[in-house]
Amino acid sequence: MKFTIGWLKEHLDTQKKDNELIEKLTDIGLEVESFENLSSGLDSFKVAKIINAEQHPNADRLRICDVDIGLDDTVKVVCGAPNAKKDLLTIYAGPGSIIPKNNMKLSVSKIRGVTSYGMLCSESELNLSNESEGITELTTSKYSDKIGKNFFKSNTEKVVDLSITPNRPDCLGVRGIARDLAAAGVGKLKKISPKNIKKNGSQKINVSITKDKNQGCTVFGSCLIEDVTNKESPQWLKEKIISLGQKPISAVVDITNYVMLDLNRPLHAYDADKIDKEIIVRNSKKGETFEALDNKEYKLDDDMCVISDKSGVLGLGGIIGGTRSGTEINTKNILLESAYFIPRSIRKTSKLLNIDTDAKFRFERGIDPQSIELGLSKAAELISEICGGKISNFDIQQTDKHEKNKIKFNVSLFEKITGFKVSDNEIIKILTDLGFEVSKEKFKLDLKIPTWRPDITQPIDIVEEIVRIKGYENIETLQPEKTKIKDTLNAQQKLFHFLQRSVASKGYFETVTWSFTDSKINKLFKENLKEIKIVNPISSDLDVLRNSIFTNLTFYLKKNLDRGFKDISLFEIGPIFKGSQPGEQSTIIGAIKSGKVSRLNWKEKDRIVDVFDVKKDVIQTLVEAGYDRQSFFVRDKSPSYYHPGKSGSVYLDKDEIDPVAYFGEIHPNILKKLDIKTEGLVGFEIYIDYLREHKSKLKDLKTNFEYSDYQKSERDFAFVVNKNFKAQDLIEIISSIDKNLIRSIKIFDIYEGENIPEDKKSIALNVTIQSSEKTLEESDLEKINKLIISTVETKSGAKIRS
Amino acid sequence: MSDIKKIKDDYLNKLNNDLNIESLNQIKTELFGKNGKISNSFKNLGSLPTDERKKFASDLNSIKNELQDKIDSKLQEIETKEINSKLENEKVDVTLPEREFTRGKIHPVSQVIDEISSIFSEIGFSVEEGPDIENEHYNFTALNTPDNHPARDMHDTFYIDNNKELLLRTHTSPVQVRTMLNGKPPFKIIAPGRTYRSDSDQTHSPMFHQVEGLHIDKDINMGHLKGCLNYFIKSFFEVDKIKMRFRPSHFPFTEPSAEVDIGYEIKDGKIVIGEGDKWLEILGCGMVHPNVLKNVKVNPDKYQGYAFGIGIDRLGMLKYGINDLRAFFETDYRWLNHFGFDPLDVPSNYRGLSR
Repeated sequence: MKFTIGWLKEHLDTQKKDNELIEKLTDIGLEVESFENLSSGLDSFKVAKIINAEQHPNADRLRICDVDIGLDDTVKVVCGAPNAKKDLLTIYAGPGSIIPKNNMKLSVSKIRGVTSYGMLCSESELNLSNESEGITELTTSKYSDKIGKNFFKSNTEKVVDLSITPNRPDCLGVRGIARDLAAAGVGKLKKISPKNIKKNGSQKINVSITKDKNQGCTVFGSCLIEDVTNKESPQWLKEKIISLGQKPISAVVDITNYVMLDLNRPLHAYDADKIDKEIIVRNSKKGETFEALDNKEYKLDDDMCVISDKSGVLGLGGIIGGTRSGTEINTKNILLESAYFIPRSIRKTSKLLNIDTDAKFRFERGIDPQSIELGLSKAAELISEICGGKISNFDIQQTDKHEKNKIKFNVSLFEKITGFKVSDNEIIKILTDLGFEVSKEKFKLDLKIPTWRPDITQPIDIVEEIVRIKGYENIETLQPEKTKIKDTLNAQQKLFHFLQRSVASKGYFETVTWSFTDSKINKLFKENLKEIKIVNPISSDLDVLRNSIFTNLTFYLKKNLDRGFKDISLFEIGPIFKGSQPGEQSTIIGAIKSGKVSRLNWKEKDRIVDVFDVKKDVIQTLVEAGYDRQSFFVRDKSPSYYHPGKSGSVYLDKDEIDPVAYFGEIHPNILKKLDIKTEGLVGFEIYIDYLREHKSKLKDLKTNFEYSDYQKSERDFAFVVNKNFKAQDLIEIISSIDKNLIRSIKIFDIYEGENIPEDKKSIALNVTIQSSEKTLEESDLEKINKLIISTVETKSGAKIRS
Repeated sequence: MSDIKKIKDDYLNKLNNDLNIESLNQIKTELFGKNGKISNSFKNLGSLPTDERKKFASDLNSIKNELQDKIDSKLQEIETKEINSKLENEKVDVTLPEREFTRGKIHPVSQVIDEISSIFSEIGFSVEEGPDIENEHYNFTALNTPDNHPARDMHDTFYIDNNKELLLRTHTSPVQVRTMLNGKPPFKIIAPGRTYRSDSDQTHSPMFHQVEGLHIDKDINMGHLKGCLNYFIKSFFEVDKIKMRFRPSHFPFTEPSAEVDIGYEIKDGKIVIGEGDKWLEILGCGMVHPNVLKNVKVNPDKYQGYAFGIGIDRLGMLKYGINDLRAFFETDYRWLNHFGFDPLDVPSNYRGLSR
C-alpha cells in the first residue's frame, strides 16, 4: 500500500515530522517497506526545444535532432517520432535517466551509426497518459521560457510503501492509516464532511439482487450520472494517481481509483447506455462467458457472483468489469456501483478463474459494508465537479444490514496476556480512537466493532489492538524459567544425533539435499515403493518425493566429479518417502564413497574403494552406537541398485526380519545410466527406524569386570571349503564349539588357485584359546584342536588343509 | 712394585687412545687373559716375602680395579658410539607427509539445529518432530487459517494430490498441533525440521528449515515470550547484549502477533549482530490464538502461552557469514568443506556452543 505524506495529511491533522510518523507506523504494526522521495530520478527530465531536425542517413523513419536543453551547446538525439520537428517544445531525458514506464535506464548509444545522447519522451513513456504516438508536445505559451528546467515540479513529497498484513483491509485506504496513527497519539483524524451534492430524480436503471443460494453480494448501491463529459483528469488528480505508481486513464476511471485508494472503497463505473435495461446481481450458470477489462474471455462456472443485464454478464462482482459496459472517453451517462461482496465468494471465484485485481484483493480481505454511500457521494461529487452531469438519488439494494458486531471485553484479560497494566480510561480512549463504540460496565467493556474491522471477532483481538497502539516496548522482558517437563531428546533423536556424527567422523561430508528429486533418477532407486508425485513441482526435474536417499546423493556426486574431485565421501541423514500420507516416511542415513583410498600417497599403495570399506563404516558405526558386533548377521541380499555380487545387508540379530543396513558397490548399470565416471563407487544405507532402542542405560551396561590371566594359546587352521561357503558360517561353527575357551577367531587369508580344486577355496584362520580357570595343558589344547577340525568338517563339508 | 705401576701407566695410556672393540678385547686379554700381565702378577704373589705380600696384593688389586673400570667405561663408550652411528644411518625425513587421514564434516544446518536444541534444552524445552507430508487440516485449518483466508496465499504450497488435501508442510507449526493433540498441557517444545514452499531465488529456496517453539501453561504471557527470545538470540549469537525490537504483525495462529528485529551493523563488509542502528527481521511469534487451542482440545480459558517460528538456515547464514541460501542445498564439496563443522564439535550446555 503506497501513499504520500501529503495525502495522509488530508486525513490526519499532525505537527509531527515525517520520521516520527514513519517510526510510529512500524510501531503499531503497519510495516514500512520503503520511504522515498517521490521525485527521485524525475529531475533528469528537462523541458527542451528541437532546434533542428534532419533525416537520418541510414533510416527513413528516424530523425537526428539538435536539441536545446538550456546549456551552451545543443545535444544530438536520434528520434523516431513522426512529430519530431524544428521548434517543437518537448521533454528530454539525458543518459542515466530511468524511464518511468518500463524502468529502462538510458545510456549513450549508436542508432544506425549515429550517436544519440538521450531521448525525447512520449507521454506514455512518462506515465502521463496513454499517448504513445509521437513525443510530448508542450505548449509554447507555458513552456517557452522554461527550456532546460525540470519538467516535473521538484516535488519534495515523499512516498511511503507499507506492507499491510491480510487482517487489515481498513489500512488499504489512506484514511484507515490516518485513523491508526491518530489512535497512536501522533495527530487527530480529520472529519469527513461530504459536500451536499445536488441529487435529482431516482436512479432509472432497475437493480435487483437475486436470492440465489450462496449469493456473493449483499449490498448493491448505485447512482446514475447523466450528461457527463469524460476527459483527461486535472493535474492534481493525475499527480495523485501517478504518485502511487498507477497510470491516469480518464477522469471517471481516475476518480473511482482515487476513492478506492483514499477510503478503501472500490467502485465501478458502467457506461449506462450500454446496459441492457436493468442490473441483475445473480449467480452465474456454467458455461456463461464474458470479456473482461483485461481483454481476456472468461468461461464461468456455476455460482459465481456476476453483475448482469438482460443480455448477459457485465462483470464479475468485486473482481473485474467487462468490456461491453466499460466507460470510454466519450461516455455520456454513467452508472456508478458501490457494493459489498462476501470475501469467501470473491476468493473462490478469483481462485477458480485465476484473476488477481486490486478490487479482488480488497474485497477478499473485507470492505467496510457501511461505506457504500460515502463512496458514492465522494465519487459523484468529484465526477460532477470535473465532468459535469446530473446526479440521481442513490439506489441501495441490500439483503443484509451489516450491523456492527458486539463484544464484551473483560479488562483483566489485557494484563493476563501482556503481563502489564493499562488504565481503563486509556483502554477506552484507544478503542474509541480506533472507531469502537465503548460503554463501560463493572469490569467489562461493551464494545461495538467498527464495520471496517472484519478481523476483530473476539476479546483476544481487542488485547492486540490495545497492546499494539500502546506499544510492544511496554512489555516487560521476563527471565526464562528453567523447569524441564521432559528430556530434551528422546531415544530416537539421540540415536539420530549420534549416528550423524559417527558417520561424519569416518571422513564423510554431510550434505542436505531436497526431499524431492528427478523421477527419472528416482526410478533407478525406488525398488517397489510407490512414486509420489508433486502436483505443482518447482521444476520438472524435481517432480517426485524421493523414495531413496541415493537419488540426490548420486546426482550431486556426479556434479562434484565434474568439478574435478575424485575421492568423494558424502552422506545425508533425512527422510525418504514411502507413501503420500503424513508419517509414511523413514529416516535414513545414506552414504557414498568414490575413487581411491591413498591416492598419490608416498607411503601407502593406493587402491580403489571397495565393499569392505563401506562394510567397515557401517559395522563400526553400529558398534559405536552400542549394538553388539557378536550378534550381527550379514546376508548377501540387497536392493537391485547394488552390485549383486558385492553387496550385503546387516541384521542386528540372525532372527531379525528387517535389515538395519545395506552396503556394497553401486550397480555398474546405474553408473552408466547416470553417466558417472569414477574408478569405484560404493555406498551404504542405515535404517534408523529399524534400530531398536537400547533397553539399558550405560550405567547398567557396565557389568562386573572379569578377566583371565591364564596363558593364551593361538592355533592356525586352514580349511578348504566350497567356493560359495560363507566365512561368517565358518566362524559361527567354530565359536559355538566352546564359547568359554574360544576367545577370538581371525581370518587371515583367503586363497583360491593352485593346489586347490577349482570350485573350492581355502580359508585360513587363527583361533585364540584361553581358559578362565587354569593354564591349559598341551593335551587340553590338542583336544580342542581336534574338536575344531572334526566339527568344522562335519558341519560344513570342509577339509582341513595339510 | 714398579713393574705393576708401569703396566698400569702403559695400559691407561693405551686405553686413552681411540680404540675399536677388537683392540679393546686385545688389551683385556693382555691384562686379564690366562697369561695376562695382571693375572701373572697375581700368580707371582706367592713367591713374595710375607711382609711385602700384603702390600703388593693390595696395590695389585687397586690397579686391577682401576684398569677394569677403565676398560668398562671404554667399552660403554665404544658401544654408544656404534649405536649412535647405526641410528644415524636409519634417519628418515620426518618432514615427509604423515599417513593419510580423512576428516568428515557436519552440515551447517545440522550444527545450527544442535546449537538451537542445546540452548533451549537449558531452559527446559524438549524437541518434537513431525512428518514432512502434512494434510491441509494440520498445516492450515487447525492453525486458524481456513480455506478462504488470504493468509494462505502467503504460503506457496506444494501439493501431493489434486484435491489439495495433502501437501508438503509450509512451516513447522503443524508439529504444535500434533504435540498438543497427543498430550496434556503444559507444553514446552521446540520443533526443528524441513519446510517447503514453491519459491526459488537467492533468498528463497523451495526447501528450507524452521524451528517452531511452543510454551503453553497457565500463566505464560508476552513477557515470557520476550524473555525467552531475548535469551535465545543472545545465546545463539554468543553476545552479551542484543538490541531487539518487537513489532506488531499478523499471523493467523497467534494473537497478538509480533515480528522480531535485531540490531546490526556492517563492519568491514561483515555483518555484526547486536550493535548498530539497522534492523534485521529474524522471526515471527505471538500468543497462541484461542481458536488454535480450541482446535487442539486445550481450554483457552485455563491455558495460554506463546509460539514462535525461526528460519534455521537464515540464522546460520547470519552467524557464520554465508551469503547464498541456495548453496546450502547444492552439495558443492568445496562449500561443505569450508562451512562444515568437525563432528567432534558437538554444541552442548557445558562445553558451550563453539570452541
